[in-house]
Amino acid sequence: MPTSSSKRRLAAGAALVVAALVTTTACGGGDGDDNSKGSSKGAGYDAAYNKIANASTKKGGTLKMVGKQDLDSADPQRAYYGMSWDFMRFYTRQLVTYAPKAGAGSTELVPDLATDNAKITDGGKTYTYTLRDGVTWEDGSPITSKDVKYGIERIWAKDTITGGPQYLQQNLDPKLEYKGPYKDKAKDKLGLKAIETPDDKTIVFKLPKPNGDFEQFLAMPSGSPVKQDKDTGAKYTQKPFSAGPYKFESYKANKKIVLVRNDKWSKASDPIRAALPDKIDVTISANLEENDKRLMEGDYDVDLNGTGMTQSGRVTAVQDHRDSVDNMRTSFVRYVALIHTAKPFDNVHCRKAVFYATDFAGLQQVRGGKLAGGDIANSTLPVSIKGHSDYDPYGVIERKGKPDAAKAKDELKQCGKPGGFSTKITARNNNPGEVDTAEALQEQLGKVGIKLEVDALDGAETSAITGSPKVVKARGYGMTMSGWGPDFPSGQGFGQPLWDSRFLADTGNYNESQIKDKKIDGLFDKAIAETDPEAAGKIYEELDKRILDQADWMPFIYEKNITWRGPRLTNVYMSDAYNGRYDYASLGVVK
Amino acid sequence: MVLVVLLATFTIFFMLPKWAGQDIAVLFAGKATGAEQLAGIRVKLGLDDPVLVQFWDFVKGIPMGRDYVNGNDVTHCAAPCFGYSFRTEAPVWDTLKDALPVTLALAAGACVLWLAAGVATGVLSALKRGTVWDRSAMTIALGGVSLPVFFTGMVAMGVFVHSLGWVKIADSLSTDDSIGTWLQTLILPWIVLAFLNAAMYARLTRATMLEILGEDYIRTARAKGLGEPAVITRHALRSAMTPILTVFGLDLGVLLGGAVLTESTFNLPGLGLAAVQAISNKDLPVILGVTLFAALAIAVANLVVDLLYAVIDPRVRLG
Repeated sequence: MPTSSSKRRLAAGAALVVAALVTTTACGGGDGDDNSKGSSKGAGYDAAYNKIANASTKKGGTLKMVGKQDLDSADPQRAYYGMSWDFMRFYTRQLVTYAPKAGAGSTELVPDLATDNAKITDGGKTYTYTLRDGVTWEDGSPITSKDVKYGIERIWAKDTITGGPQYLQQNLDPKLEYKGPYKDKAKDKLGLKAIETPDDKTIVFKLPKPNGDFEQFLAMPSGSPVKQDKDTGAKYTQKPFSAGPYKFESYKANKKIVLVRNDKWSKASDPIRAALPDKIDVTISANLEENDKRLMEGDYDVDLNGTGMTQSGRVTAVQDHRDSVDNMRTSFVRYVALIHTAKPFDNVHCRKAVFYATDFAGLQQVRGGKLAGGDIANSTLPVSIKGHSDYDPYGVIERKGKPDAAKAKDELKQCGKPGGFSTKITARNNNPGEVDTAEALQEQLGKVGIKLEVDALDGAETSAITGSPKVVKARGYGMTMSGWGPDFPSGQGFGQPLWDSRFLADTGNYNESQIKDKKIDGLFDKAIAETDPEAAGKIYEELDKRILDQADWMPFIYEKNITWRGPRLTNVYMSDAYNGRYDYASLGVVK
Repeated sequence: MVLVVLLATFTIFFMLPKWAGQDIAVLFAGKATGAEQLAGIRVKLGLDDPVLVQFWDFVKGIPMGRDYVNGNDVTHCAAPCFGYSFRTEAPVWDTLKDALPVTLALAAGACVLWLAAGVATGVLSALKRGTVWDRSAMTIALGGVSLPVFFTGMVAMGVFVHSLGWVKIADSLSTDDSIGTWLQTLILPWIVLAFLNAAMYARLTRATMLEILGEDYIRTARAKGLGEPAVITRHALRSAMTPILTVFGLDLGVLLGGAVLTESTFNLPGLGLAAVQAISNKDLPVILGVTLFAALAIAVANLVVDLLYAVIDPRVRLG
């Protein structure tokens, strides 16, 4: 029998355990659209959403970033993560880049190394740029047009310069005749015929056929110059040679990046980068919850990855530090692809029945509510892409996301399946909330007789499963659930892999609906040939309507997240061009 | 034995993806790479060679270094060569070399703590069987065994780092940091990891000690007039150490291969965290390097334990 003193000890021990549990679980409580006021001294809730918070031109201090994931590569020609592209503007420059403006203004392309945007001639097939005066490398030597050409040529050396986007290669040399600078027999290693450098200041791109988004490809870090005698091939990622306002002091992959001022960079030559902090210190840390806590304690200023706070972090942040939080709108769209080759989705009415039977508001709640999940989607294109419109043929926004069972049943009748049908949907189990969302959809569609079987897949394997029409058919999938963001902010950058029949591939296919619509293909061709972004946007609007009318692909959420904005940060704003992240090149830390 | 461990690890982690239809060259280069470039990568990495040739090249590279050759494109990997990271292009050995001190320090500190605390608690519990001390210790031990490291780790950080501010954890650890930084950063992981393992050792020690204390030779020792401390330490505990040492050898080996959860929770850049990052980046050479090291650590730790049996138990020597 325990004595009274031992009872007290046991009680004290139990209290300690309970206290510890409370400490932890308090962070993991519910979520939602909380509006309680916080107590931090930030610039205000959503102060950096579509506007500049803490505008300042004061220099100095260390910008401290933390991220769970390191850059996929520090080599500009090899990186493909959006956060890497955003970060790279600290030490790379391009001929053109995204405007240092908040929100939608950021998607405007402005001259960077070049004096002006491209002079486009020859029916959209020739792009000519002149380089600015005073643009230099970190050793003080001038950046020349040949450096730009050499940097771009590295994309062709895919056996060494692995990863990275292929757009420049596909548009300049679609037949892949050039073998890359490392196998180039020319003495100067500048054998790519599609790029000419008549002098050190001029660079001319000659495309076999026009592409109105060509400048978008040049704005990616893969369009950055690389100095030939500093190119260390595959090892360039360990210490890239800087053309921007900062250079590498040290880089320990998966641990730490430290950038310091490049004293050879001149502000007069660079209208884009504010270059406010003296130093940029990035810590890669595996524990997301701990990273959030340390952000809120001021140990770090901003999350490098920019994917939003964890559930526990955002609850604390929104409740206690609301002034230091932004509800960022990313360019990601959560969607369900309705596979045309899977019966009965070959019938448009059965596809429409899914649109009417879906409780979009319910799916929004499952994904974390309006703040952490996102807004209910109507258009196939995200808000940041020209071509997005309010077109809402199924009344989703009008009904505030609620389903219309009567219309769903009517569509099922027209489809010849009045009692409903059975099909399978895939969802990725490593994507937070995706399987739960698919299961919620399963329940919703079940109410009108559409019986869904949810097949949870390992996200790493999806390209071999949902990306293979053969496997999709063999497994009997009728729908796939996933998310998609653009490589560059245009209808082509977002939608061509998803909806153009010519992008249907045997493996790694993203046209998951398996749409084969000549009208859609034609609209892509027309929009891509258009060099005026506004005119191209009108065509993409038409394309969006076509996809919705045909009920080919069902968007349900425009993704949003809760992002921590450290109170020290100045000059901070959300950039649509960087998928709803802060524009890192503009940040400062001294008010 | 080492060769067998090498072959098994190499087969599982390098050849299985290939046999499962995953092209290692695509893992290296990314999906958007043309067939010609992929062929070049296969030549350079030797992926088209017979399995045994690939294995021999890999094994030979450890003591002698290795050249990866594709025409004029030659990459030299100095000994000890475990290959190059697909992601960072750095030799895998550099990753292992950087991570090893962290894992060693974590393992050493935690081992000392859990052995001392676990065995002492177990012995005391056995001696005070049925008392409040015994019951409390075993209840806490049950808690320790049941609570996962990521939970106790988060609670410990919440209390001692964020609420009380007693401990300051460094962003990262390297051999350039001071001993003070290492101690500050490792103290919580040591305690958390030790808590988990000490609990198990306490229960194991208690059970073994109770069994041994009932043996005839213990009664004989007492009957001969031997003092209780000598009976406990020289006779009972020494016998009890054999099963404890067996389990300890396995645990230490696993820990040296990387305490994945502890290192991830506390962001300690050891072998466990390196493995997690390599897996998420599909960085096969690093996964292989860490796994190989972990397998070797387990084999070596067990070998050491086998040798130690002879030290603590004369019967083994005689046999």
